[in-house]
Amino acid sequence: MFNDIIRILSDAELVGYIVEGLLHSIAVTFVAALLGLVLGFTVAIVKIAPNNKWLKPLKIFCDLYTTVFRGTPVALQLFIMVFAVFAIPGFKPYAAILTFGINSGAYVSESIRAGITSVDKGQMEAGRALGLTWMQTMVRIILPQAIKNIIPAIGNEMIALLKETSIIGWVGSTPGSLTFDLNAAAGTIYRTIPNYLASGIIVGLCYLAVVYIMVFVIKYIEKRLRRNER
Amino acid sequence: MNDNIISVRNLHKKFGNLEVLKGVNIDVNRGDVVVVIGPSGCGKSTFLRCLNLLETPTCGEIVLEGEYVFKKGEKGEKADKQTEHEIAKNINLHRQKIGMVFQQFNLFPHLTILKNITLAPVQLKKMSEQEATEKALALLKKVGLEDKANAYPPTLSGGQKQRIAIVRALAMEPDVMLFDEPTSALDPEMVGEVLKVMTELAEDKMTMIVVTHEMGFAKEVGTRIIFMDDGVIKEENSPKEFFKNPKDSRLKEFLSKIL
Repeated sequence: MFNDIIRILSDAELVGYIVEGLLHSIAVTFVAALLGLVLGFTVAIVKIAPNNKWLKPLKIFCDLYTTVFRGTPVALQLFIMVFAVFAIPGFKPYAAILTFGINSGAYVSESIRAGITSVDKGQMEAGRALGLTWMQTMVRIILPQAIKNIIPAIGNEMIALLKETSIIGWVGSTPGSLTFDLNAAAGTIYRTIPNYLASGIIVGLCYLAVVYIMVFVIKYIEKRLRRNER
Repeated sequence: MNDNIISVRNLHKKFGNLEVLKGVNIDVNRGDVVVVIGPSGCGKSTFLRCLNLLETPTCGEIVLEGEYVFKKGEKGEKADKQTEHEIAKNINLHRQKIGMVFQQFNLFPHLTILKNITLAPVQLKKMSEQEATEKALALLKKVGLEDKANAYPPTLSGGQKQRIAIVRALAMEPDVMLFDEPTSALDPEMVGEVLKVMTELAEDKMTMIVVTHEMGFAKEVGTRIIFMDDGVIKEENSPKEFFKNPKDSRLKEFLSKIL
């Protein structure tokens, strides 16, 4: 098996697959994570906003969204989105990224909501008592404090997301397409060197390296945000 | 000239089945220092929090400088459309005229003291950043904390925090200040420094409504003392008469316990 690993790593074409897969995995995760964060923040704020008649339908929609996307397997969502909702030629990779983003947003929104709820309610009262609107208080006072509490949970979600994207190849992937990720690279290498354990270990180490860097970045951000605390 | 600032009529507040306020009526005039005392759970904090609508009253009327802040009939009937619209539109403007100081200070821990003070006036476009900063520094100097402008709240003592909280409210140049047990969360030796700031504020003719257990402050600084019990105002008098000749039996009992 060790020999097979060496054989893979000394073959330029196979290493090329791995590099391509790695870049695609990172790209897909990055865009999906951004989408998930934007969606997550929006949904969390809608859910936590005080009731009024215009927000009511939106709140119901957001509840439905988190229920459905947390309640069904992401693989199923991927198939439905790629082959039914966005069955547009050439749109496959984007539909997949969209699915991961929307799925991640559902989880992120709950982490953010928990973070917002953890901020002392006296903070909202103090903001409102000064005459600030709910939104001004949320953006200027509540969210900056909530973010610190949210970062570890968000980090968790981003790491899970990276590995979740490894099913992107299920909708069909060939080298050169965005859907050709690390996992797909392992599959393609198998055709040349039929030892899945060897390619699997290499790909696994690649995931591990990316996660390691992500953890480092998350820790750095958390440390920066906690500078002013005592 | 009508120097009435706040009028409250028949104010009720229910939390579920628990009726905390059972019809409060009061008129507060410019320059009044109204001290509200009473046993815990009598509704004095709820009353204060209703005035700037941190709690939504169940029914009653609140008028601030001639404008409705709240109006709802006993059977839930609302004010006419026009008044209703005005109330909804102006709630944040009303709050800008009412400063509030909390028992737990509620400073914003992620902002410097200076930012704590200037945030609202700048955000609400009441002052430019520079004006707000100048105003903040002047106010900080007044309470003896100008050296703390760039510190963060978690590094301050309780007494310092509360003085900053008062400054933060004052920076909005309110017409009336509400104090919700401002010294109850403080170490005994820090109570004095906060009461001193409040006393100076009263001397500057600020209209104040103070919920407190500090009877010394009530006697010395208050212009009107109110005794609340069981959701209503049981007695109101000048400080002298209030402490010398209490009439309500519950008030007599209350005073005998605390004095």
